[in-house]
Amino acid sequence: MTVPAEAARRRIVELFLSSEERLLQRWTQLSGASPDELRDLYQAMRTALSSEDGDFADVRGLLAELSRARVRQGHTPSDTARLVFSLKEALYEVAETDGGPDALRGFVWFSRLVDDLGLYTFETYTAAREKIIFDQAEQLLELSTPVVKLWEGIVAVPLVGTLDSARTQVVMEKLLQTLVDTGSEHAVIDITGVPAVDTQVAQHLLKTVVAARLMGAECVISGIRPQIAHTIVTLGIEFGDIVTKASLADALAYALGRSGVEITGAARTRVAVRAERA
Amino acid sequence: MERVPILKLGDILIVSIQIDLDDQSVLALQEDLADMVVSSGARGVIIDITAVEIVDSFIGRMFSTIAAMTRMLDAETVVVGMRPAVAITLVELGLSLGGVRTALNLEKGVAMLEHVRGAAG
Repeated sequence: MTVPAEAARRRIVELFLSSEERLLQRWTQLSGASPDELRDLYQAMRTALSSEDGDFADVRGLLAELSRARVRQGHTPSDTARLVFSLKEALYEVAETDGGPDALRGFVWFSRLVDDLGLYTFETYTAAREKIIFDQAEQLLELSTPVVKLWEGIVAVPLVGTLDSARTQVVMEKLLQTLVDTGSEHAVIDITGVPAVDTQVAQHLLKTVVAARLMGAECVISGIRPQIAHTIVTLGIEFGDIVTKASLADALAYALGRSGVEITGAARTRVAVRAERA
Repeated sequence: MERVPILKLGDILIVSIQIDLDDQSVLALQEDLADMVVSSGARGVIIDITAVEIVDSFIGRMFSTIAAMTRMLDAETVVVGMRPAVAITLVELGLSLGGVRTALNLEKGVAMLEHVRGAAG
């Protein structure tokens, strides 16, 4: 750095350090943030600016915390960045009062520093937001794939909603793990709640069935709606020797039959008759 | 090279794989098993892979080879205890182990062999 720039820089830092009260007051006015937050930030910047190596790690830490808190409170990223940028205006007024050429030249340097910090809050804001979205997607994945036990040795996975690769992967792993844990030899994959089946989804279903077969369990696919049956045939997907049933009830009856449970004739429909006393 | 022990229980041979299989051990196991089936006159072979966490296409093919081999010697092969991750890997590799019987665990494997023999008379 050239000598005049060094002098300018020293001057602006001097101004920054000497006019704490005025800066903080103006900064609070401009940004509309709480004075305590700003005071903490100011103190951190003061330490960073007075130190020899100009280490802004503390300032960045504070800013990261601040923007994370603001994500949760529902502020926009512009709000958060504006909070930092408004420091420039506050300091510019101080520099203007000083009026010296060094102060104004130094202000340009300071302005760049504040820009960096402002952009940094933007980055942390986005990162925090992304983390929230990621967490929610994960929770949704967990929520949407229960494996239920229908009978001793028979489990079912009622699939609801659109299937994509990530979800099918989770379903597949969860189903196979349940087969091992419960020692079930029959599984029913019910796709009543799946709005559409394309080649990829069908491929995933087939893979799940083959994997279960490798482990020594049989899978039945049930709940194929007429439109879906039509789509599957139109797409030319071969289900091979995989057993498919129209409804979960049919699939359960089939699985029970395979595991040796006998179903005797259905109970006769009872008609309740209540005689009204005249 | 580690060898996989082969246990005899009645007329069933039980192979429990507890080691990381390399190609040499796999080849040795196939030979040992063929010898053992002939010498003991076993009617069934159970390969327990509960402890196997990693498979490659070579090991995947081993199951088919052993099944075909023992069938020629009049013994049925059942692979038991395959982990979900292993099953998924084999499916992704495109190996569906046609002709190999599978069961969830050793107990069900033994039951399956008895059932098969009962059906065969």
